[in-house]
Amino acid sequence: MSVTLDAKIPSGPLADKWDKHKFDMKLVNPSNKRKYKVIIVGSGLAGGAAAATLAELGYAVECFCYQDSPRRAHSIAAQGGINASKNYQNDGDSVFRLFYDTVKGGDFRSREANVYRLSQVSENIIDQCVAQGVPFAREYSGYLGNRSFGGAQVSRTFYARGQTGQQLLLGAYQALSRQIELGRVRMHTRAEMLDVIIVNGHAKGIVVRNLVSGKTSTHMADAVVLGTGGYANVFYLSTNAKGCNVTAAFRAYKRGAAFANPCYTQIHPTCIPASGHYQSKLTLMSESLRNDGRVWVPKSKNDNRPALHIEEHERDYFLERKYPSFGNLAPRDISSRSAKEACDDGRGVGKTGLGVYLDFADAIKRLGEDTIRERYGNLFHMYEKITGENPYKMPMRIFPAPHYTMGGLWVDYNLMSNVPGLYVIGEANFSDHGANRLGASALMQGLADGYFVLPYTIADYLARIKPGEAGDSPPEAKAAEKEADKQTKRLLAVKGKTTVDEFHRRLGKIMWDYCGMARNAAGLKRALGEIPELRERFWEDVNVLGSDKELNQALERAGRVADFLEFAEVMCHDALERNESCGGHFREEYQTEDGEALRDDQNFTHVSAWEYQGVGAKPLLHKEPLVYENVKLATRSYK
Amino acid sequence: MNLTLHVWRQKSADLGGEMVRYDAKDISPDMSFLEMLDVVNEGLDQKGEEPIAFDHDCREGICGMCSLTINGIPHGPDRGTTVCQLHMRRFKDGDSIHIEPWRAKAFPVIKDLIVDRTAFDNIIRAGGYISASTGGVPDANAILIPKKNADDAMDAAACIGCGACVAACPNASAMLFVAAKVSHLALLPQGAVEAGTRVKKMISKMDEEGFGACTNHFECEAACPKEISVKFIGKMNREFLKASVKK
Ligand SMILES: Cc1cc2nc3c(=O)[nH]c(=O)nc-3n(C[C@H](O)[C@H](O)[C@H](O)COP(=O)(O)OP(=O)(O)OC[C@H]3O[C@@H](n4cnc5c(N)ncnc54)[C@H](O)[C@@H]3O)c2cc1C
Ligand code: FES
Repeated sequence: MSVTLDAKIPSGPLADKWDKHKFDMKLVNPSNKRKYKVIIVGSGLAGGAAAATLAELGYAVECFCYQDSPRRAHSIAAQGGINASKNYQNDGDSVFRLFYDTVKGGDFRSREANVYRLSQVSENIIDQCVAQGVPFAREYSGYLGNRSFGGAQVSRTFYARGQTGQQLLLGAYQALSRQIELGRVRMHTRAEMLDVIIVNGHAKGIVVRNLVSGKTSTHMADAVVLGTGGYANVFYLSTNAKGCNVTAAFRAYKRGAAFANPCYTQIHPTCIPASGHYQSKLTLMSESLRNDGRVWVPKSKNDNRPALHIEEHERDYFLERKYPSFGNLAPRDISSRSAKEACDDGRGVGKTGLGVYLDFADAIKRLGEDTIRERYGNLFHMYEKITGENPYKMPMRIFPAPHYTMGGLWVDYNLMSNVPGLYVIGEANFSDHGANRLGASALMQGLADGYFVLPYTIADYLARIKPGEAGDSPPEAKAAEKEADKQTKRLLAVKGKTTVDEFHRRLGKIMWDYCGMARNAAGLKRALGEIPELRERFWEDVNVLGSDKELNQALERAGRVADFLEFAEVMCHDALERNESCGGHFREEYQTEDGEALRDDQNFTHVSAWEYQGVGAKPLLHKEPLVYENVKLATRSYK
Repeated sequence: MNLTLHVWRQKSADLGGEMVRYDAKDISPDMSFLEMLDVVNEGLDQKGEEPIAFDHDCREGICGMCSLTINGIPHGPDRGTTVCQLHMRRFKDGDSIHIEPWRAKAFPVIKDLIVDRTAFDNIIRAGGYISASTGGVPDANAILIPKKNADDAMDAAACIGCGACVAACPNASAMLFVAAKVSHLALLPQGAVEAGTRVKKMISKMDEEGFGACTNHFECEAACPKEISVKFIGKMNREFLKASVKK
């Protein structure tokens, strides 16, 4: 299948596009809806919201997730909050301002029309969640509370203590549960999607492995939706859950779906540093800590005195020094990179030298320990539990960690990939955040896609096809199932000596060193040499015990790592091709004299969408030009 | 440090299981409990022995997937802490540690330390929601909620659905889990309309799934990693009474 990228952005003024499009799209006759079956892979905010809403509308839905319950999707871990342009605080927020902030925050690498729609529907999301019983924070008046988040100059973030993602997900999960009980959704848990089934060029089903029995099976439908989350685990260590993977998206890519901007990855500045080789994941601490904490390292190299012995004049408060107006609240990409520079310079702190201090001593002096406890008590507690150090007494140590992936499968305005009938929602698509995502905007996007965008746009596709066209078991389904089984057998047949995790760790190190916070052409080329070597070794020496007829966690991981080992190359190709620095993608060759990112709007104001050409072969690049009609491209400055 | 582990191994749901002894060597106090098991598993892997299966995902105490009973205590010795957040500095060199799955009739073992908690999902399906379909809802600020109610609702809603309450209860009762959801929704005006039918449906489903009765041991609260209060059980009982009287 050859890739054509048509974004299908509706004509007309920005503010009217979505309304006009909603009217122009076809509707499915209510009495016909139940005849259409939609497969939704993923039960996070995006998938869960979509599954519940499509079922409410009357479609027959099949939903899949790899955890034991849809309530455990990784959306559950989001702490900070969710943005919406409600302007409840009367502080000058508006649909246009949230739109503008998101486009600017994304370093002018996202689609105007998509982002505007996101900003518009953000208001409905909050209404919906409150109606479902999400216990957002309230003022004493009984009205909803807001806070400003991630350096935004208005207070537009809604939150439920430090558990916003959990509460939003439980809202979606409960709505989904109601539909399951009504028989409109069939839920498949502990089920991993291994392939998309394409019939006559359209996505018509998936291949799934039951993680308990080990059996693979095929499931057919009229459309397939992927809401399978991000791929930050390509770095091995990240803030994502252990099971987060690229498998679903990557197998779709191998079947012809274009992968857009894979090099756009977000590294979050406030995570707890790794403590040793055994480290299995990194824990994020809310960015809100930077409201009161001051970031510093010693001025001189290799200074390994305890923090409290380092005098004020011997400390470098590097964010305050470099970004006087934003200081410790500088955006994520900038803060992360500055921390890395300090550590590269030999001024990192802690056992490993990979850390910087986040110091609350001044805030405690100014506001008192009680106020700090009230604001961040749970975070301080968590920090102490993990590190064994008391942050009231000594500064925290933090280090950046891979956190979120802006890249994903390419989709048009309707959230459909270039494969007809294959939709992609939530973090798994690339659509709204450009080269960098703002805090509290991923939850918004997942729910926007699931509750308010996909349910409309998918109808326009379904209304044009006959239900059940592909039949129950077309030859394409059998063939895809056989291929999936073959891959499983192949993994078990290697019987090597090295564990799956060890391969994953090695891949993670290559990616972190060469395709992490700062990249350069030489390093990326090196990575493009090392990844195929590692992949080869994996297929000669990986050790997966047990069988494919049972619950086998090593086998699950092996399949995911095998995909990361191919996907990593696509990421590096993308990073190498993009000869500019923008958002989360920083190329050392492209920076200003004082080390700031240097965009090249002339040559790179486009989406890079990659088409699969075979394992190890360089994928084919397609470009979707980005057209800005409503905002002026400006340099993102936080000085 | 060096530890001796006694771990429940069970090949599959229909086969019996037994405790098996393993040595865990050179364990760093900075490891999390699950990282310690990872290290043991990598060792088993290399010896050609099948690794120990256990559930986990977020490893930051929020998804509710991890579910180990350590020396008889669900999630181990630290209060308000899931086992993925428990760290090895809590143990000392030479310790013996017994690791078992949740034990409850309603949570059958699938393999080793992994149990089937579908019964919890079934209880939510029976009524643990507000019937608000997407769209057609009022503006969020049209519903005023006293801060106290919102805070109390959040306290109850913090439940991560891990099942430690059931594992800790001598009767394997799911009262705290059900009470948390009933209370979360009943405390909010949006949820009040369906409060009566909800509590009745959820309780009857709970009984049907094979959970035991509550005889006020309150082990559930002590084991709950989110420290959900047993006061919500009282709240649920009142809701149930109200609903039963009304008919
Ligand atoms: C620690 C942390 C904190 C965050 N905090 C915030 C915040 O404060 N505000 C904010 O806006 N964003 C935040 N984010 C980002 C945000 O949480 C995510 O981007 C978002 O929740 C992703 O939702 P999703 O529905 O796309 O995917 P997920 O919630 O990851 O769901 C993916 C689903 O797909 C399923 N799945 C995946 N692969 C397969 C497969 N192969 N087969 C079958 N099923 C599969 C999974 O089972 C799961 O159900 C945070 C992220 C992290 C990691
Ligand atoms: S693994 Fe998620 S709560 Fe422990």
